[in-house]
Amino acid sequence: MSVSNTGWTPKIVAFCCNWCSYAGADLAGSGRMQYPADVKIIRVPCSCRVNPLFILRAFERGADGVIICGCHPGDCHYTSGNYYARRRMTMLFSLLDYLGIERGRTRVEWVSAAEGAKFAKTMNEFVETVYTLGENRKLRDIRCRK
Amino acid sequence: MPKIGVFVCWCGSNIAGTVDVEAVSEAMKTVPGVVFSTNYQYMCSAAGQKMIADAIHEYHLDGIVVASCSPRMHENTFRKTAQAAGLNPYMVEIANIREQCSWIHKDKEEGTRKAIVLAKAAVAKLLHNQPLQAGTSAVTKRCLVIGGGIAGIQTALDVANAGYEVDIVEQRPTIGGRMAQLDKTFPTLDCSACILTPKMVEAAQNEKIRIISYAKVEKVEGFVGNFRATIRKKARFIDENKCTGCSLCMQKCPSKKGRDEFNMEMNNRPAIYIPFAQAIPNVAVIDPEQCIKLKSGKCGLCEKVCSAGAINYQQKDELLEREYGAIVVATGFRPMDPSPLNELGYAENKDVITSLELERLMNAAGPTKGTLLRPSDLKHPREIVFIQCVGSRCDENTNRGKPYCSKICCMYTAKHAMLIRDKYPDTNVHVFYIDVRTPGKNFDEFYRRAVEQYGVDYIKGMVGKVAREGDKLMVRGSDLINNRQVEIAADLVVLATAIEPDPSARSIGTMLTASMDTNDFFTEAHAKLRPVESPTAGIFLSGVAQGPKDVPETVAQASAAASKVIGLLAKDHLVTNPCVALSDELLCNGCSQCEKVCPYGAITYENREVRGPGVREVRRVARVNPAVCQGCGACTVTCPSGAMDLKGFTNQQIMAEVDAICL
Amino acid sequence: MDQNTRFLTETVLRISGVDPRKCMKCGKCSGTCPNYDAMEYHPHQFVSMVENGLIEQLMNSNAVYLCLGCMACVERCPRHVAPGKLVGALAQLKLRKQDGNHKGGNDIAAMADEKVPQQLLMAAMRKYRK
Repeated sequence: MSVSNTGWTPKIVAFCCNWCSYAGADLAGSGRMQYPADVKIIRVPCSCRVNPLFILRAFERGADGVIICGCHPGDCHYTSGNYYARRRMTMLFSLLDYLGIERGRTRVEWVSAAEGAKFAKTMNEFVETVYTLGENRKLRDIRCRK
Repeated sequence: MPKIGVFVCWCGSNIAGTVDVEAVSEAMKTVPGVVFSTNYQYMCSAAGQKMIADAIHEYHLDGIVVASCSPRMHENTFRKTAQAAGLNPYMVEIANIREQCSWIHKDKEEGTRKAIVLAKAAVAKLLHNQPLQAGTSAVTKRCLVIGGGIAGIQTALDVANAGYEVDIVEQRPTIGGRMAQLDKTFPTLDCSACILTPKMVEAAQNEKIRIISYAKVEKVEGFVGNFRATIRKKARFIDENKCTGCSLCMQKCPSKKGRDEFNMEMNNRPAIYIPFAQAIPNVAVIDPEQCIKLKSGKCGLCEKVCSAGAINYQQKDELLEREYGAIVVATGFRPMDPSPLNELGYAENKDVITSLELERLMNAAGPTKGTLLRPSDLKHPREIVFIQCVGSRCDENTNRGKPYCSKICCMYTAKHAMLIRDKYPDTNVHVFYIDVRTPGKNFDEFYRRAVEQYGVDYIKGMVGKVAREGDKLMVRGSDLINNRQVEIAADLVVLATAIEPDPSARSIGTMLTASMDTNDFFTEAHAKLRPVESPTAGIFLSGVAQGPKDVPETVAQASAAASKVIGLLAKDHLVTNPCVALSDELLCNGCSQCEKVCPYGAITYENREVRGPGVREVRRVARVNPAVCQGCGACTVTCPSGAMDLKGFTNQQIMAEVDAICL
Repeated sequence: MDQNTRFLTETVLRISGVDPRKCMKCGKCSGTCPNYDAMEYHPHQFVSMVENGLIEQLMNSNAVYLCLGCMACVERCPRHVAPGKLVGALAQLKLRKQDGNHKGGNDIAAMADEKVPQQLLMAAMRKYRK
């Protein structure tokens, strides 16, 4: 598991809720706002669909950062899903912190369908944070070891 | 293993410009499960869709991945294509390689790499897809309109005329809203009451419309086509069916200290009152804060004089439960309170008034019976100053008001100035303005008439201070064109205050899970293409609740909302989303956690007999009602035993996507 | 805009924290100014003149000193532009240049509090430096 100084790029998984953040990501695209290709988006119906296990799985499989995007508090398409997500992720992130995965590698962000610019900005910031943290080596399973 | 076909779209040069589509479709051929992979210029075109259908037949595909634009764009298109070719529509996955790949990257190599990963993730997910069947749900053929102003009335009339039942819930004792308070309407200057009251009467007489006034919506449950609302009808202490609206009680009532809300609290009204002569329903209401009988038990004069026997001091609030297929929000606005802008002295000086107060002062049914008299000493004002943009167009970092333009102030100020100059030619009228915004049919001509024909003095500048000196109001402001500061000794100052959403809007928005902007205006589903629908299905927007509007625009939007409602109510069934939660009865331990987190009450518990090898027992298990479940997935994460899963977004599917992206 | 003007403009904007592009030219500041008639340039002109780089013209005017520092224009500006801060910044720039019997530019910077407009600092200095 050597970190090559030249070739390493982070693997970042973004969970976006279908109603706000995924649409926000689409809007960022329509506006041709650039953000790094390291971010790959997974569409979920709501941020509350994101099981903490998905995030652990991502880190196991070699992700360097995971970001969850949902509707702004109070704007959830399903009334209260983002509040559940917020609580769950607060718990999970402190667990991850305990496991040695830096806080900077995980993030919850509220992006509405109208906030393409915010989506791009958030992704740029997040990727930069993960870049400075470098490769994540915690939790990885054997397949990630090159 | 299922047989999967991959179709990579060029989208002209939109995708092909930054993604090597050939390389993507080649790379996909090596992915396990993929038996066919190709690319084409426009997959969504008829030729592209035919290509997909042909491939489905030829290769006996079990599922397809289309790598193209956002699923929000063409997922339905390709699902229909698949369905027409005999494939279950939910065996289609879209890899978003346009909005989330080609458009946001410049480097072709990088873009191609990402597109391949995204397509692989879609294949990985598709390998776990199950064919799903969409269900149907019935539509309650009744519409709820919240707010009985011109917006609500117009929507209700249009929906009712199409043959559907409508309930109007109005928080005040009468419908009519803000428009009923106006004196004249621009730019034609017809009398507001003359054009509004016939519509109010029409609504009252329409047998499909039920007006529930002096009431508020307390709770809304359900979903599009199947809403259930709880409405609190406040006690008005009058039997609505008996009261004839003769207003004898109003004359006899000894308590005359209530503030007349209809006249912007510029005069008093009795404790028992009908808001205005043409009120609908034309039924009195008792203000419990002011009524001597209700407060101290003595009096009862109104009961004695009422020949209809309509007074009932024992009346209680009434709760109504009604079912609706669609809900229209027409909650309207109120003028912003300008007292925090203390340099204008609204709170200290009676002769500094808002424009809506001036409407009442100029109205024949108003506190001065239509003669323009200033409130402090009831003298004719000779110098009147209008100040525009009060509380509008403010930066959000100041606490001086709203960031938006209230849109109607320029026109009504021109109207007031013109009407005053017309009726009282010896009165000087000055208008301080920042910009005069008059986009609208015959609007600018109207404003020019105020200046050219009626000699209204428009001053480009703003007022810095209004101070009382004797019986005059000294108004100091800037005159930017002449580069000087002017001081006007005015008798009356009129503030064109910003309009803000009615304070009830926020709680209604939360109740309906309809999204709102930071100013508490309701957000439309699409700013340009779906301006009268809320993003929440079954909720429609009418009038100023969505943003500042004048009367004709409000009416136009109200009718537009009505046509959307009619389109919904005309359906006998709605196709429901099959991507709903499903509980595995064998895994469920009956802990009730999922029931607690479900925002829709879609999960119930029942006792099931479980028979297996060596097992025969009754267990308490969760059951999801697929017609009520909206598919958010909150329960799936809460479930400690992993019994709950979400169809279309199963744990397996999402994990497979994660694996494909990361490994 | 030549280099010197650009430098001056940027300096004024930096020390005042004012963004003149936010101005919607309503004239509230000039309507509110109690010393309007004495100043040859008026608050709203400060904003547009700084935006257009007419800094030296403003610095050579008496208006910079005639500002009372009452902050009414700062308080009442609906766009959060605060012309009074520009006046303060211009005066400060002028003082720094003269480098006389007063505090130097560095001293002022150290005293500056983000919440206190430059103007207040200016008014205090004008009052107490004698």
